[in-house]
Amino acid sequence: MTAKLVRPASLAAALLAWHVLTAADVRLWMRFDRFPGPLDVARELRRQVQHAQFYEDVAQSLVRILTGFALAAVLGVALGIAVARSPWAGHVLQPLFEVVRPIPAIALVPVAILLFPANEQGIVFITFVAAFFPILVSTRHAVRALPLVWEDAVRTLGGTRARVLATVVLPGVLPGVFGGLSVGMGVAWICVISAEMISGDFGVGYRTWQAYTIVDYPGVLVGMITIGLLGWLTSGAVELAGRRATRWLPRETR
Amino acid sequence: MSERSALTLHAEGVALSYGGTPVITGLDLDVTAGEVLVVVGPSGCGKSTLLRAFAGLLPVAAGRVTAGGGVPVTGPSRDRALVFQDDALLPWRSARRNVELALALRGVPRRERRAEALAWLERVGLTGKAERLPRELSGGMRQRVQLARTLAAGPRAILMDEPFGALDAQTRGTMQRLLADVLVDAPATVVFVTHDVDEALLLGDRIVVLGPDGVAAAFRRDERPGLRDLILAELGVAVLKEEAA
Repeated sequence: MTAKLVRPASLAAALLAWHVLTAADVRLWMRFDRFPGPLDVARELRRQVQHAQFYEDVAQSLVRILTGFALAAVLGVALGIAVARSPWAGHVLQPLFEVVRPIPAIALVPVAILLFPANEQGIVFITFVAAFFPILVSTRHAVRALPLVWEDAVRTLGGTRARVLATVVLPGVLPGVFGGLSVGMGVAWICVISAEMISGDFGVGYRTWQAYTIVDYPGVLVGMITIGLLGWLTSGAVELAGRRATRWLPRETR
Repeated sequence: MSERSALTLHAEGVALSYGGTPVITGLDLDVTAGEVLVVVGPSGCGKSTLLRAFAGLLPVAAGRVTAGGGVPVTGPSRDRALVFQDDALLPWRSARRNVELALALRGVPRRERRAEALAWLERVGLTGKAERLPRELSGGMRQRVQLARTLAAGPRAILMDEPFGALDAQTRGTMQRLLADVLVDAPATVVFVTHDVDEALLLGDRIVVLGPDGVAAAFRRDERPGLRDLILAELGVAVLKEEAA
């Protein structure tokens, strides 16, 4: 009950503070005199949602992030399991991962521009790299944390290694994997927006940066709010899928 | 439920180590087809390690482990099922689906699995609990599910590693009677590891006391009066030897 009252009230208070600070043109070290107020932003948002361009940008960004994220999820889980379960795969891949992992994905923009024929693939590539490592690492840890007794039990019931993979490893790592997917989705948004700002010609990130260069501050804030909402929705979808897939966990650790 | 026959197991001059430390050296042990052999011994004497070797999960450091009259054990197989103390059920599968897994691995067609799994659960007294997840069952019920799953796999040898060790005394008594009951119509050899001498006397056709140098003593049930004291004395000796070492 408290949550239902306090949560909207908290948001409303923030909006009100924003309105007061900008409407009164407050200049107390931080300057709000040129900062757009919530009403300006709402007006701009109402204008933008009447144009097809807004939806094209949202769709473009969503296609990019979902493509990169899906590739990262499939490869991150597959290679995470391979590295954790096969010493051979570990020897071949682990050194590569350790070297590439510390590089911030956004620093790969020049590489992406060199490697890919079009901007589009480059942005998806950067999003993929960003989401890949959290998913890989969490999968690897989840595989190593699996109780051996499950695997031993299935093998002495006649299960082959492939069977163990399908019946023990894949379902068993899901709680850990979803942790990685949540983190991955977060950094994927950071990187898709940054990449669009640098090299895009569509998308929410590109549009936000465009608005900044033509001194359209309400437009910048509309872009930011759009990114925030999209990020919230996609993370929520991952969380929901995770809770559904791991219903067997005791409630405390869910 | 199967025409498969019980399996003999042999260990010949077997040495085993666990995590780099040798726990058994020069062990000779024959398990005859269809008998219930109980292995007792102080903790750390290598009882569980021996079971893992019979199951094919642990390679021997020296000697030979064979099954069914000379066939070397090189890896795990459906012939030799291992029953664990606890938490061996897959926690995301209901009791029924855990049993169905064993049936699937045995090659039972998909449409027959449900009915057969329910029959096995009924056999261990879990009618009405089939759709529960392991965490929704008590420790004793989980061991019943594990027993049903093991029997459903149709093993020719059942290797039990202190299966009732985590249960309270009353539940343990119930489970011992249930096990004795279900084993009557299972054509399987049983190797049962425990540190509880009374459990050994209740279940075992034959009781082997494992010491630091392999088999310290072997007894046939009802072989002589006062067997319990004999075993306890033997265990006492085994413990003393271990402490001296």
